[in-house]
Amino acid sequence: MPQGNKPSSVPPKKDKQEARRDFLKQSSAVMALALAPPLVLKAAQHDEAIAAVFEKMPVSLEINGKKMQLSVEPRVTLLDLLREQLALTGTKKGCDHGQCGACTVHVNGQRINSCLTLAVMQEGKKITTIEGLSNGDQLHPVQEAFIRHDGFQCGYCTPGQIMSAVACLNEGHAGSPEQIREFMSGNICRCGAYDNIVNAIMDVKNGGQTA
Amino acid sequence: MKKQQTGQPMNRVDGRLKVTGGAKYFADHQPADMQYAALVCSTISCGAIAGINATKALRAPGVVDVVSHLNAPPVPGYKKTTPGNKNGLQIFRDNRIYSNGQPVAIVVANTLERAVYAASLVEVQYNQETHYTNMEASMDKAFQNNRMKDYSRGEINAWQKAPVTHSAQYTIPLEVHNPMELAGIIAHWTTPDNLTLYAKTQGVKSVQETIQELFEIPEQNITVHSRFVGGAFGMALRVWPLEIATILAAKKIRKPVKLVITREQMFTLVGYRPNSSQKISMGATPDGKLTGITHEAVAITSPYEDFTEGIVAMTKFMYDCPNVNTRYQLVPLNMSTPIWMRGPGEATGSFALESAIDELSYKLKIDPLQLRILNHADTDPERNLPFSSKYLKEAYQIGAEKIGWSSRNPVPRSMQENGMLVGYGMSSGTFGAYRGKATVSAILKSDGTLTLQSAAADIGPGTATAMVQIAADVTGITPDKITFMLGESTFPYAPEQGGSATVSTVGSAVSDVCHALLKELANLAISQVPAFKQTTPELIIYEDGQLITADRQTKITHEALLQQQKLPEVKVTATSQGGDERKKYSMYSFSVHFAKVHVHPATGVVRIQHIVSVADAGAIVNTKTARSQMIGGVVGGIGMALTEEAILDHRFGRFINNNYADYHVPVNADTPPTDVYFVNKKDPHINPMGSKGLGEIALIGFAAAVSNAVFHATGIRVRDLPITPDKLLHIASTENATT
Repeated sequence: MPQGNKPSSVPPKKDKQEARRDFLKQSSAVMALALAPPLVLKAAQHDEAIAAVFEKMPVSLEINGKKMQLSVEPRVTLLDLLREQLALTGTKKGCDHGQCGACTVHVNGQRINSCLTLAVMQEGKKITTIEGLSNGDQLHPVQEAFIRHDGFQCGYCTPGQIMSAVACLNEGHAGSPEQIREFMSGNICRCGAYDNIVNAIMDVKNGGQTA
Repeated sequence: MKKQQTGQPMNRVDGRLKVTGGAKYFADHQPADMQYAALVCSTISCGAIAGINATKALRAPGVVDVVSHLNAPPVPGYKKTTPGNKNGLQIFRDNRIYSNGQPVAIVVANTLERAVYAASLVEVQYNQETHYTNMEASMDKAFQNNRMKDYSRGEINAWQKAPVTHSAQYTIPLEVHNPMELAGIIAHWTTPDNLTLYAKTQGVKSVQETIQELFEIPEQNITVHSRFVGGAFGMALRVWPLEIATILAAKKIRKPVKLVITREQMFTLVGYRPNSSQKISMGATPDGKLTGITHEAVAITSPYEDFTEGIVAMTKFMYDCPNVNTRYQLVPLNMSTPIWMRGPGEATGSFALESAIDELSYKLKIDPLQLRILNHADTDPERNLPFSSKYLKEAYQIGAEKIGWSSRNPVPRSMQENGMLVGYGMSSGTFGAYRGKATVSAILKSDGTLTLQSAAADIGPGTATAMVQIAADVTGITPDKITFMLGESTFPYAPEQGGSATVSTVGSAVSDVCHALLKELANLAISQVPAFKQTTPELIIYEDGQLITADRQTKITHEALLQQQKLPEVKVTATSQGGDERKKYSMYSFSVHFAKVHVHPATGVVRIQHIVSVADAGAIVNTKTARSQMIGGVVGGIGMALTEEAILDHRFGRFINNNYADYHVPVNADTPPTDVYFVNKKDPHINPMGSKGLGEIALIGFAAAVSNAVFHATGIRVRDLPITPDKLLHIASTENATT
């Protein structure tokens, strides 16, 4: 993993690089701004670490119940952080534009498109991904229902569909098949499993199992 | 008695992996020291690259290399061909630009963000030439190659002499497969002549073959992993230039490289259903007997490959008509090469044919369903052979009954419901039921578990699940003890998953290898277990993982048999392919689609209210996953009928709606309740299971059912897909014209 972020529950110890960042920070942003751009680039070319210092920000997130202190570039989306740096690849990229819902995760219990938010914007938030939905080996009722009703074919949109379905139930938007169809329309399934997805959600709803 | 597993609605064997995020698609892999790639794509549609300035990109943080035709490692296989000879797009071979969006360089950096940013810094200069992307304006370039010869039986253009005729032009825009998973690849040269790939493909063996041809390294040095594929619908039936570009970049920098393309690049880099224009002309006697059909089709292709498909195929055999002639031509444009998109050419052709039949039925004043039955082909009129099985009439009957066809008032625009115009339409579809050649290994372990391996694919239909059911029926081993492994090039050969042939092809090999395994076990028991000495393999009963003598007096489990002989496992491999039954029979699957639509009388918005689809696909192996395939085809068909159209700005040769927000694939709210029925009768000739294909017929014909229903609702015939409200806006002014 090129950026070397590893999930951990304790803040990493300050190493030399950290110390240098602190120094650079303290010696003020003014200095950074004063540097002529070509010089900055040249520095980057010669010293990856310095570039990283300029580019990264600390962010603390609670992901699937685990507190993490991370250092990420501000331009990194929550989706890319999960997938490329934290090896949580269950969350999928389908469009990167918030148009397909494949990247749906929960932030403080609400469903969002993780491609449409930068990781640093979620400071202090609780993130739940598909990997954090089940209770150990015990699948969430919505996961069970998706298997029973074959609410997928290729399975690629499924993590997003399931995260959306759980939220849809929690929001109270699963009152009827028509309402489910409306409130699940932010999640595209190109294999066309919609009928089965609606049936799976209705099943959980009618089973009285809390989502 | 053992419970039969085929025909059951068994849950998917990989369902748990799919609902937990545990299923690993190509981009989910992360080899050590993996680098990220981003493409720089052409902003012109025809011409040549004059220069590439990568200085700024190379100076950006974390950038490893910028690879283009100027510095790419050579592809040995390119030398076998002469440039410009319709060899496909030989990426980075030279500076030619054939279409907008063609990759001109690949940027590699140590993070995704850095690669994407650096790609924006690459400066490309072009020498631009005139481009052609408009089919209608380029008809003078239409040509035929030797795969698309004119067809005729009986008299050419006989329809012209018929007392009742219909002739019209039908057009379908360019449609894009747009699977949810973005295309790309991870390429890793573990040594200078050993390549490992994590690919999105419908066939790992065909990837291996293509790479072998291009890079001239031994087959066993190329390892392709593709266990899970996030949908493909045809777009992953070949290796694309973007994959070769990544492999070249990985070769140059000697590290694993991952490329995942963008949604917008999905419109230009991985094929599409070509836009087409079809003229169908048909004639009939006043009592509705078809006397002649002429079908002429034109579709687009790229400048560097002739893409052909079965656009006019269905017309040749669908109806019992003595005189049929077809013509199929291509127009090369400054576009990338199309590729089979679900239902492929037959879906395109069926829209024209099944719309035309509907139009003719109104001229004849014969019910459109009745007209189809009147002209039903009892034997294949194209090949003069009997069908191996054909239950199309049963399918018509089931569908008509379930949708309530008999309560339909045949007069267009005669039915209303809640202020909406109501229409009922129907159509039929057909696709060849194929069976190819495949090899499967079966490994029975001394713990009683059975593992089957074949280089097959699963792009969604549930390959492994069906294979487990087939194996369970043959061996008498319960499904929970059987694993079917696929998507690895190291496994025995299986063809690509395409043309609705996986169950037929790989399923037959599973059946064969399981029979061979039982024979092996029987021989083992006969030679080693005293109680079995007097029997023969044919007399032994195979149930619940046991061998049982015919008198049911002696049983031995597979575990005990292997353990007794101190065998850790028994392995058997079998190759299977059909015999000459194909010379004696015509083999096709058939589908029937019925749609009930609402059309808003002022705005022309079409809402589908109810769908009934019926398939004659032989014996159904898994009723649950088969239903999913059918409803999936219907959803694809809704897109084709009502929403999907990739629009080009011909001034630039560029798409203007190349994203999910503007290219409308159906969402959940666009889909009505869908009822699926199967005739579910075995085909006696095709394969041991009696199963024909399903994936294509689920979509073939569907768009015509909708357009026929829209005509019935409104009296307006839309021959130009998709049926968007603007095409029905004159609805109010035509109110009295048809009623």
